[in-house]
Amino acid sequence: MTQTAAEIDKELAIVVERMPAFPKSVQRILELTRNVDCSSKELVGIIEKDPVITLKVLRVINSAQLSLPTKITSINQSVVYLGVNTIKNLALSIAAIGILPSGNAAGFDIERYLLHSLTTAIFARQLCTLYASGEADPGDCYIAGLLHDFGKIVFARFMPEQFGQVLARCAAETGMPSHHAERELIGADHTVVGAMLAAKWQFPAPLVECIRNHHSPEARDSAMSDCLRMADLISRLHERGDSENPYREGEAPINPLRFGVGLGRVIESLGDLGTLHAEARGFAQAGRAS
Amino acid sequence: MKIRFWGVRGSIPSPGPHTVRYGGNTTCIEVRTDAGCLIVLDAGTGIFALAQSLLKELPIEANVFITHTHWDHIQGLPFFSPLYIPGNAVRICGAQDVVTGAGIDRAMAVQLQYSYFPVREAEMHAKIEYENLSVGASIQVGDATVTNSILSHPVVNLGYRVDCNGKSVFFTGDHEAYFNIYDLGDEDYDEYQMLIDEKQRLVDNAVRGVDVLIADCSYTAAEYPDKRGWGHSTFDASIELACRCGARQLICTHHEPTRSDDELERVFAEALSHFDLGLDGPSVVLAREGMAIEI
Repeated sequence: MTQTAAEIDKELAIVVERMPAFPKSVQRILELTRNVDCSSKELVGIIEKDPVITLKVLRVINSAQLSLPTKITSINQSVVYLGVNTIKNLALSIAAIGILPSGNAAGFDIERYLLHSLTTAIFARQLCTLYASGEADPGDCYIAGLLHDFGKIVFARFMPEQFGQVLARCAAETGMPSHHAERELIGADHTVVGAMLAAKWQFPAPLVECIRNHHSPEARDSAMSDCLRMADLISRLHERGDSENPYREGEAPINPLRFGVGLGRVIESLGDLGTLHAEARGFAQAGRAS
Repeated sequence: MKIRFWGVRGSIPSPGPHTVRYGGNTTCIEVRTDAGCLIVLDAGTGIFALAQSLLKELPIEANVFITHTHWDHIQGLPFFSPLYIPGNAVRICGAQDVVTGAGIDRAMAVQLQYSYFPVREAEMHAKIEYENLSVGASIQVGDATVTNSILSHPVVNLGYRVDCNGKSVFFTGDHEAYFNIYDLGDEDYDEYQMLIDEKQRLVDNAVRGVDVLIADCSYTAAEYPDKRGWGHSTFDASIELACRCGARQLICTHHEPTRSDDELERVFAEALSHFDLGLDGPSVVLAREGMAIEI
């Protein structure tokens, strides 16, 4: 690799720009928007479950050109600022790119990725409400969860050969976390790529940091980071999709101070996980079916 | 400052015997600062008559602020005669388009295509500048400051506040009072309400204390439920905005194109009857083509 960081940065942005959204959301957006009176809340519900569309909408709204005085970190907030029609047309322009194929040359399981991103988002929001009220915004935690592994999907499309080797290494060496294999075989892990994109698109600094640090135990704690890492852990523990990074026995608990005595208690406090992630699973599976 | 209305109609020009008193041209407002600098708010079909009046004072320097790029706010641009005359300077300011990424120059370019208009921009001999505005930014125009605020419409719409030597006017362009897209009881209802309350506070702060508020009053409260989401306010919502922000005068504009003069006066009187504005409340009037006020 002789590319400079700036070149990689630029190429990555172009790849993501051209990256299509998930089949289910594209299909639902096209269906909904045939009706001039399409329900705003339904539209938001679809967009905020698709990491690609969410990322792109937030990218546009936080762009330097528009330079809004406030950083926008949720689809609801983007609707308040830009109006549902603009968000609808942004979503349609993304839908027009096509749909993300369920298969890819790297062999990365897109459905598991989506399920993991969605459940992590939902758990992170819930954990924030329960354990970090007033310290972080639940909506920000949702976005952090939805986008934390975005780097992997970029790898799968941008460098399928190398990422295929990463997946093969993880499969061969049980217990090897994918970010270790990524560092070894690609030279950077998905947290770096995700954070690079988030920073390039001027997402709020805590969100960028949170994506960058979600596999760095030595990173400084922050409320959003705590919620993201705990949500990530619970999602993988319960096999709610794992983004090719399954839970490993004995994995260190995260910030026990904030979450109290045991992981079990935290999971219990989230209530019925089945209900919490049912919608996510439906969305991910329907994506593959279509 | 002097303010003159050249177009007060919404959506589409509506000439005819039933709109003679209030006028049928679409949005265009002339603002003259104390020092005489020319600010034009929107370039609907009303800008053509304004252009004719300017031919007496050439060369001119015009600062055109586009609230948003829907036709009724840009349609007069190619008919702004000073654009064709060497020696004039025309600065056209507005928001960048969010979906296409195009700048405000597209509001002109899109109209000057061969199939739709016979003249190319290269054939316009005034000095033309385009300026994409950052949301919330203030820019200086002679002795006045023009500050924009992003409001609520199906395309990015900037409201403009012009401040000059302690006097001020705020023009909303097209704006619908914020509403919650969720139903009471929905999980997201409270969060969304918080977001719109916060945004409303920003808008209120931008309007606060103006001498004149010129606001979108397309619909009556009774008509509104069928028009929700179309991006326009009611008389009632704009009167509430004026009262809340301490505006001294509210000028209701963007008259609904099917509304006759008589009907307009009737619905206006009815809307006013919903309020007791008292001595401290704003004076409220209907915008009329040709109307001029000084503050």
